[in-house]
Amino acid sequence: MMKEVKSQPSNLGAPRKQGGLNAEIQSRIGHQLRAMYDDVVRQGVPDRFAELIRKLDQPGAQGGGETDKNNGRE
Amino acid sequence: MPLTNQLRDDILASVPSLRAFAISLSGNGDRADDLVQETLLRAIANIDSFQPGSNLPAWLFTILRNLFRSDYRKRRREVEDAEGNYAKTLKTQPSQSAHLEFEEFRAALDKLPQDQREALILVGASGFSYEDAAAICGCAVGTIKSRVNRARSKLSALLYVDGAEDFGPDDTVRAVIGGNG
Repeated sequence: MMKEVKSQPSNLGAPRKQGGLNAEIQSRIGHQLRAMYDDVVRQGVPDRFAELIRKLDQPGAQGGGETDKNNGRE
Repeated sequence: MPLTNQLRDDILASVPSLRAFAISLSGNGDRADDLVQETLLRAIANIDSFQPGSNLPAWLFTILRNLFRSDYRKRRREVEDAEGNYAKTLKTQPSQSAHLEFEEFRAALDKLPQDQREALILVGASGFSYEDAAAICGCAVGTIKSRVNRARSKLSALLYVDGAEDFGPDDTVRAVIGGNG
């Protein structure tokens, strides 16, 4: 029958024990992790953050807060 | 150091990877962007404490990571919501099976202890060295290494039923049917 393969040990389907993780599984995990991550990286910089940094760069804004009326201290 | 144009550009250039880190940590796109915003505000407010010439991305990641952790203590994540929200942040909708595989991966990642998840992301996705990752997480290099290793084995156990090497075929089937232990 098809199931009787025991007499001929094959390592094709069996996960190998090599003191750590199966190398193929490791690489799949790495690949999926980077795919998930890079998908977001590729979205670039959303406008709200470009805007935020630009605004914060204005004099007087760095002190952090609502005192934008007070235009720097020079 | 003062906020020079160069520094401002460099901070902006780190935003895409900060977002990716934040989303990977929190599993929630909206919350991730709030985290990034808070990180940028803190960074700018504390720009004087940034050492010129040192690793700017690592400095920014440290801020984000600490914000996330202090925030995490306050509120628990809503895992079901997280998955849906994350999918929405994807620009291109993956195909059905790829999407399923992605959801499984995301769910498995969410099951890792936070220490292990962040270590794995920093080293395996952000591309930081073990040394930088250790500095970001405020722990020893050896600790990061062992967290990354544990994260990998746990993910493979969750996703691929690794560890099946000690099982006979019947046990393997049972383990698959029995799902996550």
